[in-house]
Amino acid sequence: MVSPESQPAIEVTDLTIRYGDRVAVDGLSFVAMPGQITALLGPNGAGKTSTVETLEGYRRPTAGSVRVLGFDPVAEHRQLVARIGVMLQSGGVATGMRPAEALHLFASYYDNPVDPDELLDLVGLADHRSSTWRSMSGGEQQRLSLALALVGRPDVAFLDEPTAGIDPAGRQLIRRVIADLRDRGVAVLLTTHDLEEAEKLADHVVIIDHGVVLADGTPTELMRASQGDDVRFGAPTGLDVSSLGARIGAVVTEVSPGEYVVASAATPTMVAAITAWLAEMDLPLADLRAGRQRLEDVFLRLTADASVPDAEPTTTRRRRSRR
Amino acid sequence: MKALVAQTRSELMLSLRNGEQLLVNIAIPLLLLVFFSAVKVLPIPTGVDKRVDFLAPGIIALAVMSNAMVALAIGTGFERHYKVLKRLGSTPLGRGRWVLAKIGMVKILLIVQIALIVIAAFLLGWNPGGNPWLAIPAVVLGAFAFGGIGLLMAGTLRGTVTLALANGLYLLLLLLGGMIIPFSEMPGFLGTIGKVLPSGALSQVLQSCLRSGAPVAGSAWIVLGVWAVLAPLAAVKFFRWE
Repeated sequence: MVSPESQPAIEVTDLTIRYGDRVAVDGLSFVAMPGQITALLGPNGAGKTSTVETLEGYRRPTAGSVRVLGFDPVAEHRQLVARIGVMLQSGGVATGMRPAEALHLFASYYDNPVDPDELLDLVGLADHRSSTWRSMSGGEQQRLSLALALVGRPDVAFLDEPTAGIDPAGRQLIRRVIADLRDRGVAVLLTTHDLEEAEKLADHVVIIDHGVVLADGTPTELMRASQGDDVRFGAPTGLDVSSLGARIGAVVTEVSPGEYVVASAATPTMVAAITAWLAEMDLPLADLRAGRQRLEDVFLRLTADASVPDAEPTTTRRRRSRR
Repeated sequence: MKALVAQTRSELMLSLRNGEQLLVNIAIPLLLLVFFSAVKVLPIPTGVDKRVDFLAPGIIALAVMSNAMVALAIGTGFERHYKVLKRLGSTPLGRGRWVLAKIGMVKILLIVQIALIVIAAFLLGWNPGGNPWLAIPAVVLGAFAFGGIGLLMAGTLRGTVTLALANGLYLLLLLLGGMIIPFSEMPGFLGTIGKVLPSGALSQVLQSCLRSGAPVAGSAWIVLGVWAVLAPLAAVKFFRWE
């Protein structure tokens, strides 16, 4: 078991990734803790895949840094891969391979693998001994991919859209397996645009779009039922709330040290105004949470308006919600 | 070691499960050997007693090309297409052991293929001459040359393009490589081109090792050696894993 005081399993600091002129990830920072399911949420093209592939060592950051279990994923790839498990969104297995063969093969890569037959049982593929990958359904392929990600007893699991296109029973099964991983102290990084999934599973949600973090917190924090519409954010203590209030045209209160409430609906314009003010003051933003709503509302609101990412880049040095 | 053995076994199992690969690796070379030994349609160089004496070395060269270039390229190209290679990149297997497993697979398949060709050739009355032991390093050099070309295609092109190109190249290298049609029958410039191709170099070297009276293949050894070094180097340099 991992103690709650443990170090982050994943640290992303000011990560920037450019492909030629196109900026895929623009100064992204977040952490993921052991024993937590962290959901990286964002629309297509938000920079999720680029970020995760950098964490897995497939590409180098253009700027900034990433650490997984303290390792540089490219320079210390050999040490890293022994301790991570990866589930790609599709493919990854030779088309002529059978589930048990794939699991036994992957088990041979690791020093202390999980018993492949046990894993086949766990993901409900024990009776698919003779079907090859080519002849398996999408859901069966996803479940095998998940099992392959777990066979090496990873400390960090990267799961890309693990339940996309899967029937409800398969989805339940996969969610159970993921929750069980978390309970065993694994840091799970889930990439998804399925909000229900994030809401149900995640302990920690990072919403990104256009390569920047729009919101970061627990699902409850992000969806917090408040007295009415408001925006809550964490920042250094003793901010000049009247100056901020004047600037954004809403009342700002420091409800507890470093914890601020803005009496206004969490419109993209409002969020942008707050972050822009903080950026001007060169102040770090910890977390930012909108008022009573479903995660979906937060997500849609934050990602819908293109003006949000145009706000000054924010350094989101967030507090961790420790379990 | 455990991972390398398991990976090699898995590569072998997948290629044996794959009907097209068996066809191109085993059935086509054997068919060509038996057919053209029995049916007198193809010319043979002057001074050769039996057709099989000329065909057997060429068919061994063809087997090396089929296996190390065509089957390897197509298999690896589709593994890359289906993100198998990408997925392996995040396991502790590592590229070194992956390449060794591929080499091991090609080696084992080559031993089986060549054994079958040699048995068939003897049944057809083959009488090898020259210095047969030199055929072993020749086959190894040929496998590296063709394997390098195969992986270069698989690692740079789309899976379907690799499939098409590998098959096209197979036919071209077969026809121009002196494997079943002697260089002496080709117009001068085609023969010259053929002799600098890896297929031409390998078939000349194998003729000189396995047939008494075949010309000494000094320059062909050099051409083959150059291909065996340059093609794998190019593959290492340009191969993209996804």
